[in-house]
Amino acid sequence: MVGRMVLRRLVAALPNLVGVVAISFVLTRALPGDPAAYFAGAAATREAVEQVRQQLGLDRSLPEQFLIYLQGLMRADLGLSLTTGQPVAQELLTRLPASLELVLIALVLACGVAIPLGVLAATRPGSWIDHLCRIVTTMGVSLPAFFTGLLLAYVFYFLLGWAPPPLGRLDPVYSPPSAVTGLFLVDAALAREPAVWWASFRQLILPTLTMAIFVLAPIARMTRASMLQVLSSDFIRTARASGLSEATVLVRYGLRNALLPVITTLGMVFGFMLGSSVVVEKVFGWPGVGSYAIDALTASDYAPVQGFVLLMGLLFVGLNLCIDLLYTVIDPRVSLEH
Amino acid sequence: MQSIELAPPSVWQHARHVLGDNPVTLLAALLFVVFVLTAILGPNLVPFDPLRSDAGAALQPPSSAHWFGTDALGRDIFSRTIVATRLDLGIAIAAVALSFLIGLPLGLAAGFFGGWWDTLVTRLSDTIMAFPLFVLAMGIVAAMGNTVTNIVLATAIINLPFYIRVARAEANVRRAAGFVEAARLSGNTEARILRVHILPNILPPAMVQVSLNMGWAILNAAGLSFIGLGVRPPTPEWGILVAEGAQFIVSGEWWVSFFPGAVLMLAVFSFNLLGDALRDLLDPRRRT
Repeated sequence: MVGRMVLRRLVAALPNLVGVVAISFVLTRALPGDPAAYFAGAAATREAVEQVRQQLGLDRSLPEQFLIYLQGLMRADLGLSLTTGQPVAQELLTRLPASLELVLIALVLACGVAIPLGVLAATRPGSWIDHLCRIVTTMGVSLPAFFTGLLLAYVFYFLLGWAPPPLGRLDPVYSPPSAVTGLFLVDAALAREPAVWWASFRQLILPTLTMAIFVLAPIARMTRASMLQVLSSDFIRTARASGLSEATVLVRYGLRNALLPVITTLGMVFGFMLGSSVVVEKVFGWPGVGSYAIDALTASDYAPVQGFVLLMGLLFVGLNLCIDLLYTVIDPRVSLEH
Repeated sequence: MQSIELAPPSVWQHARHVLGDNPVTLLAALLFVVFVLTAILGPNLVPFDPLRSDAGAALQPPSSAHWFGTDALGRDIFSRTIVATRLDLGIAIAAVALSFLIGLPLGLAAGFFGGWWDTLVTRLSDTIMAFPLFVLAMGIVAAMGNTVTNIVLATAIINLPFYIRVARAEANVRRAAGFVEAARLSGNTEARILRVHILPNILPPAMVQVSLNMGWAILNAAGLSFIGLGVRPPTPEWGILVAEGAQFIVSGEWWVSFFPGAVLMLAVFSFNLLGDALRDLLDPRRRT
């Protein structure tokens, strides 16, 4: 039963996957001017340009070009970066863990703050805490991530001196832990290097805080709305009437049922975070895929940018699929519908 | 007449009730007016030429002459921030207007006629939504060329799905409604039904979407300029102004980034609050 549902979800995600690849293809072909001349480099002779044109298949029809593009993707070939001369796919993969570490920790942090806030607001609708929750979260979503980041860096690094300088993942006095997952916190723990773990944890605090502040609003609001709805249902009244403690009613009966729509919102939130990670990485000198794409953009090096857009699209489709699957597994009603 | 007491509350009464419930909304409305006036009058108000540099007065903290201080080239940050309002609001308004004007008819037709057109439009909007939207905007601007027009286009494209979805859902619910059937039976063409009977019903939720979108469009455009896309220096624009001060944060010259960023935040904040208020006013069911 669940197996069939999982399969159905996988099939349903296929069109999005095709869409992401198709748009990425269109973006690679929409470059201003002659893409072949561009990819051949500024100093290329006419023969070299023609050679690149044939290599990329730019002299064929669009459907043929798309097939060639797909074949390239199958081999994980995203072209070469002009500035570094390295394959884009490889560079993206080495930098991806840095970005993922940022996004995942920020997501956990945001949920940890926003869900209790939403529950609190829902238990006292119309009270000062409800209004405060609304104002704080609206302010959070109005703060441009690049501005929050700079502000936090100023206060916690320059004024108070609590945070390390906003320059990268690890203080240069430490060498990075040997790469297993690429996530410094995990790798440092695996290598049993508490000093490195602590140093990379300190570097993570400000950027993840920056990203978490931006997404407090959607999570807190969805939690509040969903909690309000659940708390007004009959089984909550029954639970209260049976003399269960308020904490049990709120968490076991209320929150567990209210979390489902929140999980759906998390998909959207993850998309916001992937977007804001780009500017946050720039502010904190974080060596992730976002700052890689910005550097490439500044140098008019388009293959890395295109690879980055495609990678982000694939990640996002994959995550939404995971959320759908999670939903199917934890909510029995979803699989009973069919 | 006696029956006046039974009449439903007027829009104004309802508006007053909503405003009274959320005093913050009033503040947001005032801020909004200030921003619109600044955008219109901005260049006439400022004390300094926003582009004139003065090497002798570089990186001065806020003072009575330079309210927001000066940047690395000695330009007055207050003047630059005020003048930037027109460009930032202009980009956001143009982008939101574009997605409204394109997304609404697309979604309307999709919801009303259904069939292959519906499939096509829904697929298009799902595909756009399959990307992290800021990243897609980056990709579009990088591909189409680094200009302000393309920033507007990219922001319009990433906002399209929201309008398509709103219009499609509302049209879909109403296409078989009694008043539509009645209009059809009395000989109205489908086009006229869409225009006269369906469209007016879709405008309120679409307007709510517009006001919720505005703040986000400003953030998006400023974010793109911050990473070096779209508006080019020395043109004053909030995102660029913040970016210009970024390197001075670690050495303590906070005012270069702080004031433009704070003004940007205030603008987005007032749009977001107004959007919430408008939603409460027009569409109480969606209140969260």
